[in-house]
Amino acid sequence: MPVLELRGITKTFPGVKANQDIDLTLEKGEIHALLGENGAGKTTLMNILYGLYKPDKGEILINDQKVDIEGPNDAIARGIGMVHQHFMLVPVMTVTENVMLGNETTKSGVLLDREKVTQRIREISDRYGLEVDPNAYIKDLPVGIQQRVEIIKVLYRQADILILDEPTAVLTPQEVDGLFKIIHSLIDSGKSLIFITHKLKEVLHIANRITVLRLGQVVGSAIPGEVDEQKLAEMMVGREVNLVVEKKVAQPKEAVLKVKDLHVNDERGNPAVNGLNLDVHAGEVVGVAGVQGNGQTELVYALTGLLPLKSGTIHLNGKDIHKATPRQIIEQGVAHVPEDRQKHGLVLSFPLLDNMVLCTYYKPPFAKGVNMQDRVIAENGSMLVKQFDVRTPSIFVAASTLSGGNQQKVIVAREFSRPIKLLIASQPTRGLDVGSIEYIHSRIIEKRDEGTAVLVVSSELDEIIALSDRIAVMYRGKIVDILPAGATKEHLGLLMAGVKPEDIPDSAKKKSAGPVEKVF
Amino acid sequence: MTDKTVKPTPSEKKDDKFDLRQIFEGSYNTLLPLLAIFTGLVIGAIVIAGTDATVIAAWKNFFQAPGAAFAATWTSIATAYGALFGGSLGNPRDIVAGFQTYFSTGDNAALLKAIYPITESLTTATPYIFAGLAVAVGFRCGLFNIGAEGQFFMGALGSVFVGYSLQGLPAFIHLPLALLGGIAAGALWGAIPGYLKAKFGAHEVVNTIMMNWIGFRLSDWLLNGPMKSPGFRPVTRNIAESAQLPHFFPDPLRVNWGFILALLVAWLIYWLLFKTTIGFEIRTVGANPDAAKYAGVNIVRNFVLAMVISGGLAGLSGASQVLGVDHWVGQGFSAGYGFDAIAIALLGKSHPFGVVLAALLFGVLRGGATRMQSLAGIPVDIISIIQGLVIVFVAAPDIIRWLYRIRPAEHKQALQSRG
Repeated sequence: MPVLELRGITKTFPGVKANQDIDLTLEKGEIHALLGENGAGKTTLMNILYGLYKPDKGEILINDQKVDIEGPNDAIARGIGMVHQHFMLVPVMTVTENVMLGNETTKSGVLLDREKVTQRIREISDRYGLEVDPNAYIKDLPVGIQQRVEIIKVLYRQADILILDEPTAVLTPQEVDGLFKIIHSLIDSGKSLIFITHKLKEVLHIANRITVLRLGQVVGSAIPGEVDEQKLAEMMVGREVNLVVEKKVAQPKEAVLKVKDLHVNDERGNPAVNGLNLDVHAGEVVGVAGVQGNGQTELVYALTGLLPLKSGTIHLNGKDIHKATPRQIIEQGVAHVPEDRQKHGLVLSFPLLDNMVLCTYYKPPFAKGVNMQDRVIAENGSMLVKQFDVRTPSIFVAASTLSGGNQQKVIVAREFSRPIKLLIASQPTRGLDVGSIEYIHSRIIEKRDEGTAVLVVSSELDEIIALSDRIAVMYRGKIVDILPAGATKEHLGLLMAGVKPEDIPDSAKKKSAGPVEKVF
Repeated sequence: MTDKTVKPTPSEKKDDKFDLRQIFEGSYNTLLPLLAIFTGLVIGAIVIAGTDATVIAAWKNFFQAPGAAFAATWTSIATAYGALFGGSLGNPRDIVAGFQTYFSTGDNAALLKAIYPITESLTTATPYIFAGLAVAVGFRCGLFNIGAEGQFFMGALGSVFVGYSLQGLPAFIHLPLALLGGIAAGALWGAIPGYLKAKFGAHEVVNTIMMNWIGFRLSDWLLNGPMKSPGFRPVTRNIAESAQLPHFFPDPLRVNWGFILALLVAWLIYWLLFKTTIGFEIRTVGANPDAAKYAGVNIVRNFVLAMVISGGLAGLSGASQVLGVDHWVGQGFSAGYGFDAIAIALLGKSHPFGVVLAALLFGVLRGGATRMQSLAGIPVDIISIIQGLVIVFVAAPDIIRWLYRIRPAEHKQALQSRG
């Protein structure tokens, strides 16, 4: 008997059929993966299940009983729990306080009973292997642990059906392994789980059953072992997908970027980059691998003028830029695809055409004196939208209306369309779907082949391996080693974990067979 | 995909389409303020009827004479709003008759009498336009300039000083100088909190409020001391005639060139905000300071610049009132223009043209309020209630959406001020 059944769910938004006649069943103790590109309708479907939207048509059955879910509280009462992609936690509160928030246990009516809740959290932690300190403040916890708190919140409310929305998007490889262990222990104790993702490897690794959505419709379902990544990717995208980045051997030339003994503090004043040395040459891609939080963000901010240096030098085409402003650095021919596209990369309330000239609005032909040339800016916008295949109804709509992948394409279009000597791309494909990743990767390689020096920072090891000609591994604010393109994952993984280069066993350095593959 | 000669489609080539988008930002955004005003007036009507003794008495006898209760309610509301709009826009029949007399006999007395109410509304709207623009420019840069009132005061004092202290200048030199005096004084008053924010991160809301109080007390001192005219009252001397903004009509009609200047300045601010790189930077800083920094925009400079422009406009607001209407400054000179300006900027969605419309509405409401009080016996305060309601509905558009069952916007407009 399925614990959950969706029948013929249809939901239309003005101009978009977000869900069309979707059927889905979840058996008890099953991990059911919902796979699809951004905008395929996964999140809409789950929001319907969670009571945030009302379906236009269709019905929901829980334990074979037809139900009408009125809202999140109703969903929770019926045993459905959701772990959102963006955590809903109050950073300045403790784990216990966050867990009890909205469902406070009290003594004599008004006093919070923290002890009781802490006790319950400990029980849940022990039972499912969700190690966490109930008295720790959320702001002090790494992302992986914060996610555990979200899961505990759901279990605390006695959910039997858990929905995990893109749970691995923000995790490091080690944290992903931890999450998978937790998922297995949840299943072992009789919970059922819907796992929303667009990462193919994960799906094949963890799911019992896979349902693929495309453009709001179910395009097929599969069982891992009967399908491979290539097949799933094709189902998702609707066409043949190139899973390997095709590139020629790099032709590196002169050094464009030279970083010597760089020290940078993070925004809170703690040392983040400690004596880093790195060169990037014209015509090569240097990938910076590392577990998140090892100073990659601060390195990029320092290179682009967003954070001041504490000491050290940065030379760009032989010029010292360690005191330059962001504007001066941009004018030296540096393009920056920022790690956080909504924070730095876009002005969400501005229309696309304005976002397309965010770094060049003051220069001819976009401005003559102080007069902005609306027509030229509009023409530039429409041209880039076409060239970079941004899916948008118009160049006049606000950037906030686009999907994540298309927002990223806007940034890529803007940064790639001006003459540049150095491209700094930080997490260039985070949270994007297969089609967009394929596209952005090919554009990066295109830039390299045009003779641009490229620095890619990514927490996705597979992305680093696929793109880089040289791989610099960053650990605790330093580059610990630089490996050639063919380096093995094991070798990189050990370096990322802090093992000294001289202690790496030869067995880990052995080249893996076959072409380099990417994870989506 | 690397075709670099992609031509824009015909619809995108048209410049006017682009302009319309900028002006209205979608019809959706103009619908909500209109409904907010309408709803404010409806609730205002309920308050008017509910506080009218005759109406209450009629409703007490509802079961004896239900018709009378409705009639009394209707009469009460119709009298009040009739007086309000008659007092602010004039009686159309009188205006037509006035024109007829003027064209047939050349006697303009009847016409002037008929258009007096509407000219008074425009006179009241003039400082509102400038002050509303001041707050709107601040909002566009993510700054909440609560100091428009103080900057208004300083602008009035600056312009009155230039107005009375210089004598014997031709008007085409004296008047611009007096206006500049007002702009400069207001700009200075805005620049100080702008600089404090840029340099030390001091919050502009706190500092503009402080600057208001400094401005009020400074003006008290000036009006009782250095700027006091001979005599007992704490007022300045009258400005020279050469510094006055010329009136369009003979007295008592006070509408003057300040109104035309306000429209021109509104257009200038529109051009500045939406057509120049200066405005692009201000708006980028306001909409997303992180992205502005990423794009190489100097945030600190834009904070100061926006506060200087904002203060200058508020100062110009005070100057327009002094040079166009009052011709002198006394204690308690402002009627809260700088504070109403916040409401006007919100109602006008921080768009210069929206601000002009909102200021006209406030001018009409304020202009008719006195007549409503004298004719219908409705206290002027009801206007403040209506204004307050309109602002609540503009600030909380979900109420209006719920009332009129309007589907929420596909994407919410980014918050214009980060407070």
